[in-house]
Amino acid sequence: MIATEVLVVGGGLAGSVAALSAAREGARVTLVSKSESTLKQASGLVDVLGRVDGDLVADPFAAIDDLPDEHPYSVVGTDALREGLALFDDVTGDRYRGGDRNALVPTTQGTVKPTLRYPASVAPGVAGDGRETLLVGISTDPDFDAKRAAESLDATVPGDVRGVTVRFPRLRDDAKRTRHAKLLAEDEAFRDALVEKIAPKVEGADRVGFPAVFGEDPAFVRDELEARFDAAGEPVSVFEVPTGPPSIPGTRLRNLLRHELEAAGVELVTGVPVVDFEADGERVESVVVDRNGARVPYAPEQVVLATGGLVGEGIDSERDRVYEPVFDLHVPHPEDRYDWSEEPAFGEHAFARFGVRIDADGRALDAEGSVAYENLRAAGAVVGGADTAMQKAASGVSLATGWRAGTRAATAVNQT
Amino acid sequence: MSTDNEDDFEPIQVFPEGDADLRPGADSCYKCSTCDSSCPVAEVDDEFPGPKFQGPEQWRLTRKEDQEIDDSIMKCSNCMRCDGACPSDVPLSQMHNTARAQYVEESMSKLSVEYWRNRLLANYGTMARFGSMFPRLTNAVMGNSLVQAVNDQFLGITSEREFPAFATETFREWWAARGGAAVKSEDRRVAYFHGDYANYNTPEVGKAMVRVFEHFGYEVAVPEQRCSGTPMFANGMLDDARRAARFNVETFADLVDDGYDVVCSCTSCSMALRQEYPELFDFADTERVSAHTYDAVEYLRIHEDLDGELAAVDDVDAPDFAYHAPCHARNQGLDGQTTAVLSNLDDVDAHDVGESCSGISGTYGWKSENYDTSMAIGEEMFEHMDEAEPETGLTECPTCAMQMEHGSGSPVKHTLQVIEAALTDRSLPA
Repeated sequence: MIATEVLVVGGGLAGSVAALSAAREGARVTLVSKSESTLKQASGLVDVLGRVDGDLVADPFAAIDDLPDEHPYSVVGTDALREGLALFDDVTGDRYRGGDRNALVPTTQGTVKPTLRYPASVAPGVAGDGRETLLVGISTDPDFDAKRAAESLDATVPGDVRGVTVRFPRLRDDAKRTRHAKLLAEDEAFRDALVEKIAPKVEGADRVGFPAVFGEDPAFVRDELEARFDAAGEPVSVFEVPTGPPSIPGTRLRNLLRHELEAAGVELVTGVPVVDFEADGERVESVVVDRNGARVPYAPEQVVLATGGLVGEGIDSERDRVYEPVFDLHVPHPEDRYDWSEEPAFGEHAFARFGVRIDADGRALDAEGSVAYENLRAAGAVVGGADTAMQKAASGVSLATGWRAGTRAATAVNQT
Repeated sequence: MSTDNEDDFEPIQVFPEGDADLRPGADSCYKCSTCDSSCPVAEVDDEFPGPKFQGPEQWRLTRKEDQEIDDSIMKCSNCMRCDGACPSDVPLSQMHNTARAQYVEESMSKLSVEYWRNRLLANYGTMARFGSMFPRLTNAVMGNSLVQAVNDQFLGITSEREFPAFATETFREWWAARGGAAVKSEDRRVAYFHGDYANYNTPEVGKAMVRVFEHFGYEVAVPEQRCSGTPMFANGMLDDARRAARFNVETFADLVDDGYDVVCSCTSCSMALRQEYPELFDFADTERVSAHTYDAVEYLRIHEDLDGELAAVDDVDAPDFAYHAPCHARNQGLDGQTTAVLSNLDDVDAHDVGESCSGISGTYGWKSENYDTSMAIGEEMFEHMDEAEPETGLTECPTCAMQMEHGSGSPVKHTLQVIEAALTDRSLPA
């Protein structure tokens, strides 16, 4: 068996934070993920608590006190969230912005998302300061209709918002976002041609927003574009509007975390699922990874489960039951499947809160509310008890529970 | 059916088109395009529509009888990164392999130079068998610039690259000359799948593998074998691949029966035996051989205290390394293995040069029309190698090693050679 001290299962935000915080406490950590990090599909924004009971939240830390007891924040505590955010700030440095209050970040759909941390490249676009905005869409990218998004934003945020759609020069009709990013980052003539097309449409706007395709180093691309707008007599701030998948800001965050994990000495095992385990009743003894057909057993001292929620395959369901597929941990749910959801689309759905329950130490609980295995913790969306999509709280829950599980797992290792 | 022709029965061919049923995979694709953003070819080649198109979309389009496979499938380099990128388990590389085979079968002229060039490259082992009979002469001829120019002009094999030199003694010749296994064991037994490259070009990797396993008390078997099939899959030569795969599955299944596990030193070979064989073929023992196949270093980590033995070594005659994890190591969850294992050696530092694909992808970067794309993909890796302190490269994939040497000028070693140097007190060969 392959020996390791802390085995983290899942490579998203929660798994990465758990692995990193455990490694920084001195534990030898292996991170196994079934496929590429889901951060590539995520916006790159860190939402902590944006809505409670349908109302926008300005100060998430103040609003946490009003959450029910079974909410993950209530379980692991505000200090875990603070520590998780501190770790995030340390990793991202000047690439991210945000303080203790939510900012409203415009999306490609023309809505605003309340979020606590956002990329520096997104910052000049934050809604609310009344500046005049021009959004630029790419004619061949159907995911961002700049005019429609602008109309919707114009009706909801202070300051004029206009939209314009241009054809990016020299590109095939279905060019990938990564292709846009590479050209913007590396091709000066491409940047020249692009600004030449857009400059006449700025018409005195204060800022110009592009879909988030600024590549690995968005600060460089922003500087380059702003210099060209300047030269064209249209001085503006340039910013990125976060997109749906595949997401360049999400990919950047994934890369940042990955570099940190490597620097911290975490062994990364990517593209293979955990399929089995053995336990002696109280402890998980071994965990089996399926490597393209061969079963590879690991013998970890501590395990952190961060496999995602109902959408991400960390929680699964059949017609008559909801379950956690790796360790078969208890997932509370109504007996009758017709009670799993409500009639209205945005109703109080039970399924949105499906997930494993944990204690203050991050350990997964069984049906009786006792610790299931003393060395098994859970973090991120696999943890239930809150509708994080409605509350705009998914990233914050990952940071808080990931930090809690990772540091406690490392403490347990260090004590033996 | 009589038992006499049981060998001829290939269950997968009961599907109407000779293919596996790919509909569930195509239906699982919700077009999130994450695979496209992981594709190293799409990033640099504007003409390549990406894995989402090559997989689920081509499959859907070609359900109509009058629709042929689009020829862009031949620009896929078979790095298989899309497999790991997909959030909903679409078997992308399986779809690509199947589509490529269909394209070559139905749309490619069997009289074209391209077809024969691809077939030549795909069947490297056959070429190597003849070439290695007179290694010095072959090396001189293949290294001749006039021959290279002719290859480029008439065959479409780039003259930019140095043809890999054949060893003066193949691994199998060395193995026979030493009298086979030096260690006998009833309970520690591995069958070595060396592949063509370790046999003909880098026998020192094969020797390292044998010496390391014998150090741990293993009886090593080296059965007759054919190419794993990786270059054949990548060129759509599925019939060639099927013949090679069947031979390998039958040979190694017999050894599995005798208590052997299969170990590979090349990550594309282990990838083929573990994943591509079960996806594409259905010989009687395909799944069983797959389940018993391991990367050599992975196997030692599972069954021996490799970490502990390496940590106890206090003096290793080896430099620091710039390590590149091959795409096919990544897809098997072996991406962090080499740096983790070698971190046990105080004297040796293996510095990871990043996640970029090396760009050569087996035969892909040998084709004249792909050379520039191949080098553009590899650029990031070359830059990182330049920035890294170590002058010596390290990787488990023979063609990645070629690309690393080609782009950086540094010599490249295999992880097993470093472990051999540490455990058996040998120096790394120059």
